[in-house]
Amino acid sequence: MDLGNLFVLFITFTLINNVILNQFLGICPFMGVSKKSSSAIGMGAAVTFVIVAASLVTYALYYWVLEPLKLEYMDLITFILVIASLVQLVEMVIKKMSPALYKALGVYLPLITTNCVVLNVTLNNISEGYTFAEMLTYSIAIPVGFTLVLYIFSTIRERLDSSNVPTAFQGNPIALIVAGIMALAFSGLAGLVEFTHCYII
Amino acid sequence: MNRKENFTAGFIRENPVFGLYLGLCSTLAITTTLNNAIGMGVAVILVLVMSNVIISCLRKVTPSEIRIPVYIVVIATLVKIIQMLIKAYAPALDSALGVFIPLIVVNCIILGRAEAFASKNGIFDSALDGLGMGLGYTVSIIVMSAIRQLLATGILSFENPFHMDQVIFSLKLIPEDYVISMFSQPFGAFITFAFLAGALAAYKNHQNAKEAKKEAEAKKQAAQLAKEAK
Repeated sequence: MDLGNLFVLFITFTLINNVILNQFLGICPFMGVSKKSSSAIGMGAAVTFVIVAASLVTYALYYWVLEPLKLEYMDLITFILVIASLVQLVEMVIKKMSPALYKALGVYLPLITTNCVVLNVTLNNISEGYTFAEMLTYSIAIPVGFTLVLYIFSTIRERLDSSNVPTAFQGNPIALIVAGIMALAFSGLAGLVEFTHCYII
Repeated sequence: MNRKENFTAGFIRENPVFGLYLGLCSTLAITTTLNNAIGMGVAVILVLVMSNVIISCLRKVTPSEIRIPVYIVVIATLVKIIQMLIKAYAPALDSALGVFIPLIVVNCIILGRAEAFASKNGIFDSALDGLGMGLGYTVSIIVMSAIRQLLATGILSFENPFHMDQVIFSLKLIPEDYVISMFSQPFGAFITFAFLAGALAAYKNHQNAKEAKKEAEAKKQAAQLAKEAK
């Protein structure tokens, strides 16, 4: 697998097949921590760390432990336990390093455990049969796309606070409409893969 | 709160999807066809009822510090069982729902009910709560998928999930020239969801305003009675 294909994989999963706008994963933190752009960045960093670490650990566990022992059906349980312990670790680190961020993220920090993005990435690494390099690219591309969209969305939402919205649509419904329009905008990037194929590689 | 109230809470008052915004990922992703929605709904009901029962059984022996890992292991085991059964008996449904079947593990509704209800209540009540919430979720995704499928393809159909070529019903309601294929895309998912959530919020606001009005009137009457008594 050469570098060019890895680059295409990266672009595909950050911009075109975006994890939030195209695969609908991680919607809970997307709605929950997008009210302020600073906490969006913090959340993105935490999720990035958890996803990369969880991918490395589960990849090793699956191919070195579960497969030789013919315990493939234990994947779901093993992976979720690995993710839960990693999240606990990140929580302790953030609490110690930055109490302000810890407070801003609130309940959404322990909820990274139940963030579908993390489990989805670890499961896809196996089911798509990625090599080590592909696995690493994929598990960096997904959280980068997540952070990008979360940040853009949070800046829009900061402006949304001061606008006049019909009562029934206040809060989450109008945010979802914004997300829909963002999905529409991002679907325009679909031609990018062909572009990279033609001009960069 | 009696049992009936507890059972019906999931439909409108505490609707997990459009009211509490739980389990959004699967709701947005799999509501492209009625088939997917019904399959997903049944899988979630099964997992939710069984996990509520098991967690309720274990509630007295689980130390509260490690309760979340215990819940997650229970839920993950149940989901893996369901996933293997679906793969074996309804392979078409398995390929349609894809990764969203294992992702039931991280569906907030299930962990949320375990934490909020099953860890504090008896076995029967917990099973009832799981069934009610599961049905609330299922009804929500069925409504949403019906809207999306109808607007995107003009056809409302349901096939037997065990034999995909056996069509149970199929209605062609909108002529082909008038369908909006956008609704099967992510944009359609977000917009449909936003409007349904807005509709529920409007209904709730209306209901609250009615109650507030009633209360105000009752107060006025009481004040008048007091005046007359003087």
